[in-house]
Amino acid sequence: MSSIISAANLVKQYPGVLAVDGLNLAISKGICFGLLGPNGAGKTTTIEILEGINKPTSGTVLYKGAPLGARYREEVGIQFQHTALQEFLTVRETLAFFERLYHKTLQLSEVIELCSLSDILDRDTRKLSGGQRQRLLLGLALINDPELIFLDEPTTGLDPQARRNFWDLVKLVKSRNKTIVLTTHYMEEAYALCDEIAIMDKGRIVSQGTPAQLLAEHFGDVVLQIPYTDSEEKLNVLGIQVVHSGDFLEIRTSRLHHTLQQLIENGINLDQLRIRAWTLEDLFINVTGKKTAP
Amino acid sequence: MRKFLAVLHARNMEFLRDRSALAWNLAMPFLLVFGLAFTFSGGGKDIYKIGIVGGIDKLAAVAPKLQSTQHLAFIPYEDLNKGIDKVKHHQMDMLIDISGAPKYWVNSTSPNGYLLERIIWGTEGNGFERQAVEGAEIRYVDWFLPGILGMNIMFACLFGVGFVIVRYRKNGFLKRLKATPLGAFQFLFAQLVSRLLLVMLVTTIVYTGCNIFIKFNMQGSYWDLLLVNTLGAMSMISIGMLIAARTASEEFAGGILNVMTWPMMLLSGAWFSLEGAKTWVKYAAEIFPLTHMISATRAIMNEGATLSQVMPDVWILAAMSVVILAIGAYVFKWE
Repeated sequence: MSSIISAANLVKQYPGVLAVDGLNLAISKGICFGLLGPNGAGKTTTIEILEGINKPTSGTVLYKGAPLGARYREEVGIQFQHTALQEFLTVRETLAFFERLYHKTLQLSEVIELCSLSDILDRDTRKLSGGQRQRLLLGLALINDPELIFLDEPTTGLDPQARRNFWDLVKLVKSRNKTIVLTTHYMEEAYALCDEIAIMDKGRIVSQGTPAQLLAEHFGDVVLQIPYTDSEEKLNVLGIQVVHSGDFLEIRTSRLHHTLQQLIENGINLDQLRIRAWTLEDLFINVTGKKTAP
Repeated sequence: MRKFLAVLHARNMEFLRDRSALAWNLAMPFLLVFGLAFTFSGGGKDIYKIGIVGGIDKLAAVAPKLQSTQHLAFIPYEDLNKGIDKVKHHQMDMLIDISGAPKYWVNSTSPNGYLLERIIWGTEGNGFERQAVEGAEIRYVDWFLPGILGMNIMFACLFGVGFVIVRYRKNGFLKRLKATPLGAFQFLFAQLVSRLLLVMLVTTIVYTGCNIFIKFNMQGSYWDLLLVNTLGAMSMISIGMLIAARTASEEFAGGILNVMTWPMMLLSGAWFSLEGAKTWVKYAAEIFPLTHMISATRAIMNEGATLSQVMPDVWILAAMSVVILAIGAYVFKWE
């Protein structure tokens, strides 16, 4: 699949801080690409360089094989993490304002329908809820019918319901053959939306692939969870390593049948046994050594 | 053009719907004009200016008590008619001619002239003959109005544009616009035109409203007045843009704007004439657009000056607008 945007040997040096350290990246057309990483990993700087907002110290960014130019501004859609809007304007006026900044645009009615904005069209943008505001910002990012859309932590601060509603919108946008570059702190969001992810740490990509590929690559085993009772001593005697996780003890094993048999034979109570699959959160901690932000 | 009009419209809507800011922009100049015109609070200065024709060195001999009175500044004048004009236009509080029999001129509407007349009676008795200022005297409020309007334009332009751009930068709106095909010059020019239209609208409303009650003296052309004030406002907006071209700190921008406004207020002749001030102070005042705007406005309104007579001020204001705006656009950063 051809890449719509690529970066080669990207470096961004701030005074005393190397934010991006020789990063290479190629994003295929039509996918949702997730850029993940702990705070300070360099993902915002990277995405701003890809957006053309920030200039790299060295390295190149190519859009459809050519350096970023005036055409890029017309063809890219961006939803920043923190965006203020012109005050005292309604949703309708804000959409109309941005529409007039581009040569080629979608019909406003299409954007309104796509982002479910019809109920709030005449509302002052300062009076929108978090979810409504994010829908409007997504609408603004889509107004020029972009091929490539950047969504920078679009659901941060939203309640779970609003977040899931937003995911549905992103899936709808993706179904229109758009390429989406998403940064997020929510691993379940990345898992739900992204076809491919890259995990950054210290200015570099430390792991990249489809979520399933990465999980298979990093975890060849499963996790058994048993209640935290008096089992720990017995398990220690058996030489089985356990990890405390809330009210449960977790046992990692690549030999599920053998381990279960061992537990049964030694009288471990398995009434509330659970088998947990590895998640992107586990992967994130595994490759960066850090927990995701709450 | 489409992008420019989009930004212009959005900014106008923002301003007009911000009722508290709009009310303040309208109310402040009204309050200033009425308050200062009727209470003469501008008379708080403690030095009264007296022009002396006929040799200032002779004053001690002709009027020793007056000469030794504190808080009076004596300014030598060669040309009697020029001195009378200064009294007429409130640029001088009193003119004394001691080349022959002592005579003095005061503007009968000047509160300072009124006080000085009583001082001269008290110090020198009836030895000085009162002379009438020929032609229509300029009322204090007529002298004062151009200064008030000029200051209102200055505040509205400097803070209205400077703070708005800094706020846009600080809250990320400029970053969002940077991600669109909108150019920096289109954005800045729209801000300039928006503020210019609104300031001129507000100024016209204030002028018209005050004129209903006070009936200002207007000797010259309203078109000339409009041109001078438009150029004056443009130059102030350009300064506001230059100050806001890079900073994202409202505190810093506020400090710089205050550093700009205070010298302009004090030295532009808005509150009091610089007659008798040191030469370098007068030269320093010339670098401020407010000085030229007020000077040309007073000339048009009070003396009936034509456009050609105020052309030096017009050229200076136009040049300041273009040069400062160009520098502001050049150094402008979205973030």
